[in-house]
This record gives sequence, structure tokens and C-alpha cells, in this order.
Amino acid sequence: MKFVQTGVALLTIAILAAGCSSSGRTKTYGVDGSGMGAGGAEIGKYGYGPGRNDSAAGAGVRDGGANLGDPSGPLAKRIIYFVYDSSEVQPEYLTVINNHASFLAANKAKAIVLQGHADERGSPEYNIALGEQRAQSVAKLMKLQGVADSQMQIVSFGEEKPAVNGHGENAWQQNRRVEIIYPER
Amino acid sequence: MISSQSRAELTVEVTLGVENAIPIAIVPFGGPQPGENLAGIVAADLARSSHFKVLSESQMPERPSTPEQVQFALWKALGQDNLVIGQVRQGGTGRYEVQFQVFDAVRGSQLASLSLPFAAEESRKTAHRIADLIYHLLTGENGVYATRIAYVTVANGDGPIDRRYVLHVADADGFNPQDVVKSREPIMSPAWSPDGKKIAYVSFESKRSAIFIQNLANGEREKVSELPGINGAPAWSPDGRQLAMTLSKDGNPEIYVMTLSNHSLRRITDHFAIDTEPAWSRDGSQLVFTSDRGGKPQIYLVSADGGQPQRITYEGDYNAGAAFSPNGKSLAMVHGNAGDYRIALMNLASKQLRVLTKGSLDESPSFARNGSMILYASQNGGKAELTVISTDGKVRDKLRIDGGEAREPAWSP
Repeated sequence: MKFVQTGVALLTIAILAAGCSSSGRTKTYGVDGSGMGAGGAEIGKYGYGPGRNDSAAGAGVRDGGANLGDPSGPLAKRIIYFVYDSSEVQPEYLTVINNHASFLAANKAKAIVLQGHADERGSPEYNIALGEQRAQSVAKLMKLQGVADSQMQIVSFGEEKPAVNGHGENAWQQNRRVEIIYPER
Repeated sequence: MISSQSRAELTVEVTLGVENAIPIAIVPFGGPQPGENLAGIVAADLARSSHFKVLSESQMPERPSTPEQVQFALWKALGQDNLVIGQVRQGGTGRYEVQFQVFDAVRGSQLASLSLPFAAEESRKTAHRIADLIYHLLTGENGVYATRIAYVTVANGDGPIDRRYVLHVADADGFNPQDVVKSREPIMSPAWSPDGKKIAYVSFESKRSAIFIQNLANGEREKVSELPGINGAPAWSPDGRQLAMTLSKDGNPEIYVMTLSNHSLRRITDHFAIDTEPAWSRDGSQLVFTSDRGGKPQIYLVSADGGQPQRITYEGDYNAGAAFSPNGKSLAMVHGNAGDYRIALMNLASKQLRVLTKGSLDESPSFARNGSMILYASQNGGKAELTVISTDGKVRDKLRIDGGEAREPAWSP
């Protein structure tokens, strides 16, 4: 219990820190972001994705009840969604990040790939940069909870690997994401 | 692995009318046609330019193939300024020669008579050369019909997230596509060397980005950058000796220039925001790039030696992916406004922005080397396709490519 509380406290610091470091940038989400709301709530399909095949690799590794192979455990959710043209982590995903950060901080031999993605709108290379910034936002929060840099690798695929084919906000909100991937050894 | 029977089909769409266009008739050529309708290819090429208004075959009053058969009064009555006729002769196994004439139909005078020998497999190329010759004769500018385009197709493989990426090179009209490189991981941002012999591109084949330069004639390639983070947006300097690129090796995306002879890097930008998509000015002294240092992506101009960048776009929420026009006077870019992403042209002197396209997801503009047209990626009915638009916005030509979504086009020099 104490551990969880510490985690939350660290996250609060992390948010403040992230806010400070980007204070020079004022982002507005005029085009579509304002009306998007909690993208994850409508989506909620975490079972699909690269994380699934890797679950066997982590089976048996436990940390305060966290088990990589448990489909309903705290590490089952591995996707963080973003609003349009933003790399700011929305509050509803802090728990997802917190759970993985706690696990990684306690299991230094484990490593992840943070895969950044963008929706299809706009310029492809700009979207590569945007995807990387999203993955870095997640990495920053994890680092503040004790995850080592050496445990996290960042790769951005921009708009090149959508989770969902198709066009329109429904597809776009599922494609603006960072996937937490535990590579198979 | 991939059935790349990419077949291109062409539909020219004249969107705004071409009042000042030259009315021209390209009569089907006489003689044995080696598999391809040469005059039809010439007509389709010229129709893609807003300089010409091409008479449809069904409206032609006669089908002359030699100068003495032409009745100029018939063409004059139809308002045709120019007339092209031709004849193909066989000259040995698989060898042909086309003789064609260009007339001023109003005066009834011959402007040019040319003959081109060709092998059967060069039929389409020969037709494009004829179109270039006519274009030059009647406009005084060089044509671009015998140039090539590079683009990436993305096709679904065995599952919803199993994709096949192929970098192709094809004729400027999308025909004769050839595979340059294939991968199950993304391929991006093809860029032609100034001599048209090599293509730089980004490949994720090792699960992370790397920049390659590939020789088109022999397929040999060199990995020029695979640093931690982003290796992206390659852009050749006009002299072909340097490659501008985006690298995030120091933590966030910055513009660098690599000297290709020794792979040494020169850092151009230094800012915590996104800096990417460099493009060279015609004389190689300046670069434009996309940066969100002001909060939203906008275009900035900086000396190729580095220094303080200067913001040059202010209109709209989103300006990215800029390309210099060949005469250096304007920039094409992706312009996002009210949820639509369109290709816009900005005059660098007046800073005036003109939106050229009407799509909602248009991106990756690339100029023809004569500046008369822009090739870009668009969406139509949910399918990614390539489109050519005249720089005046009057004529738009969709270039559909089978076998996948076509993206990230780049027009050869």
C-alpha cells in the first residue's frame, strides 16, 4: 500500500516537472482535440496489439500482484492515447504508466520499447517527430518513478503503422498512441 | 511475396476550366503501333498541363497521318490552334521509327517535323519524349513527361497489422512501376539525388529508422545514418554533395546536414521543440523546415550554415512539409486549416498563401522540375492515391495505382 502511495506522489511531481519543461510551448487543440474527451474510455480495447504475444515471456514475474501474463492484471493495459498534435499525457493514463513504471522499477532486468504513433493527418515526417515526443513524455514519467533509461527504448513510427485502418476521428483517436511493448527474449 | 502487378490508370480532371489553354489535336498516328497508342499517351500527357486543351478523339473531323492529307480548314473550323499528326514505321525486328509533324492549324503552316527511332519496349518513353518536344515547342519551357516518380505503396499482408511497404519508381504518368525496395516495416520519404541516379529514403527494416542511399541502376545501397532516435526526412543539396536530415540523437528532432563524402554532420537547429522536414533553396544557401517551436507546426527559414531561424508562415493552424519551387520563388506545403489538410503555395516575396487542392488529407507535395505541376498524396473514398495538379490549380490528374495505398510521392529531377 505504501508503495502505491509513493508512486502517486512521484507522478504528481512528474506532471509538474513535465509542465515546467514545456512551459515555453503553448499548444492548442483547436482542430479536433477540444471535442475529443477521454479517448481511452470509448476505445478500451487493449487486448489487441503487440503486447499480447509477449505475455508468456513475463509469466511468473510478480511484483505486488503485477503479472505481465495476467490479461486482467495491472500490466494488461499497454496503450496510452493522446489528443491531436499533442504529446501531453492525459490524466486518465497515469495509472497505466504508473503500473508499468512500478513493475520496471522493481524488475531492473526487464526492458520495454515505447512505440510512438500519430494519426494520418498532416505531414509524415512531422508525425514521426510527434510520435517520438509522445513516447518521450511517457518515458519521462517512468524515469521519474525509478525506471532506468537503459530499460526504455523509444521508436516512433509516426503515421506509418496505424492500429486501425480507416479515416475519421474514430480511427484517428485509436492511432494517436504510445504502445508499451515488452519484447520477447 | 508481393504480387506487385501495379497497373496505373489515368483520369484527367479539368477542375477550373482552362480558358487560356492552347487548343490542340493529337491525331492517332498511322502505321503499325507496337502495343501502345503513342498519340493517346501524348494526348494524355499534354492534357495534364493547364497550357493545353486537348481535343478528344471522337471530335476529330479526319485522321490524317501525312502532311498532304491534312485539310486545315476542318481543324480551323473546330478552333484548333495546333495539330499533331504522325506515322510509325517498322524498321527491323522490334525496331520502330515515328515521324511526326506539329502544325499551326490556323495558318496551315508546319512548325516542326521530327523523327525518333525506338525499340518496342520504349514505346511509352518515346511518346513521353514526343510530348516533351511539343510542350517545349509551344510553350518555350522544358516538358517533364519523360521524368519519373518515386512513391511508397502500403498493402495489407496476412493480418490487420501485417503490412507490406514497397518503394517504387515509375514513369511520370504512373506506368511501368518498378520495385526499388520492399519491407514489412515502413519505408518513408524518398528523395531523388539531383542527377536522378540515386534515391535516399528512410527504412524501418531493422525495427528502427535508418537513412539509406540506393543506386537505381545497380540496386547497391549504403546506410548513411542509423543513430539512436529519429533518422528521417533526407533532402539532397542542389549540388548532390550534402544530405540534410532530421536526427534526434541528442534528445529531440533537430536539422543536420551530412557531407556525403565523409558522413560528417553539421547541426543546423538547436531547439527543444520539433524541427524536421528540411528542404533546400535552389542555390543551396538556405533551408526551410517545419518546427512547432511557436506552439504549432509552421515553416521556418534558416541559413544552410545554421544561425537564427526566421518564421515565414503565419496563416493557418498547421503548415508543414515545405518544398521549394524550382525557380525558388515559392514554397509548396501542407496547409491545415479548419480540419482540412491541403496543398498550398506561398509566394516567398509577398508571403501570400494560395490553397491549391480541395482534399481533406492532402500531403507530401513535390514539384515537377519545370515548376508547372505538383505531385502530392491524397485520399479518395478512403483510398490513398497520388494526384498531379497544375501549379495554377486549374488541372488535376489522379494517378491510381493498384496493389495498395500509394503515398509519399517524389518527382525526379
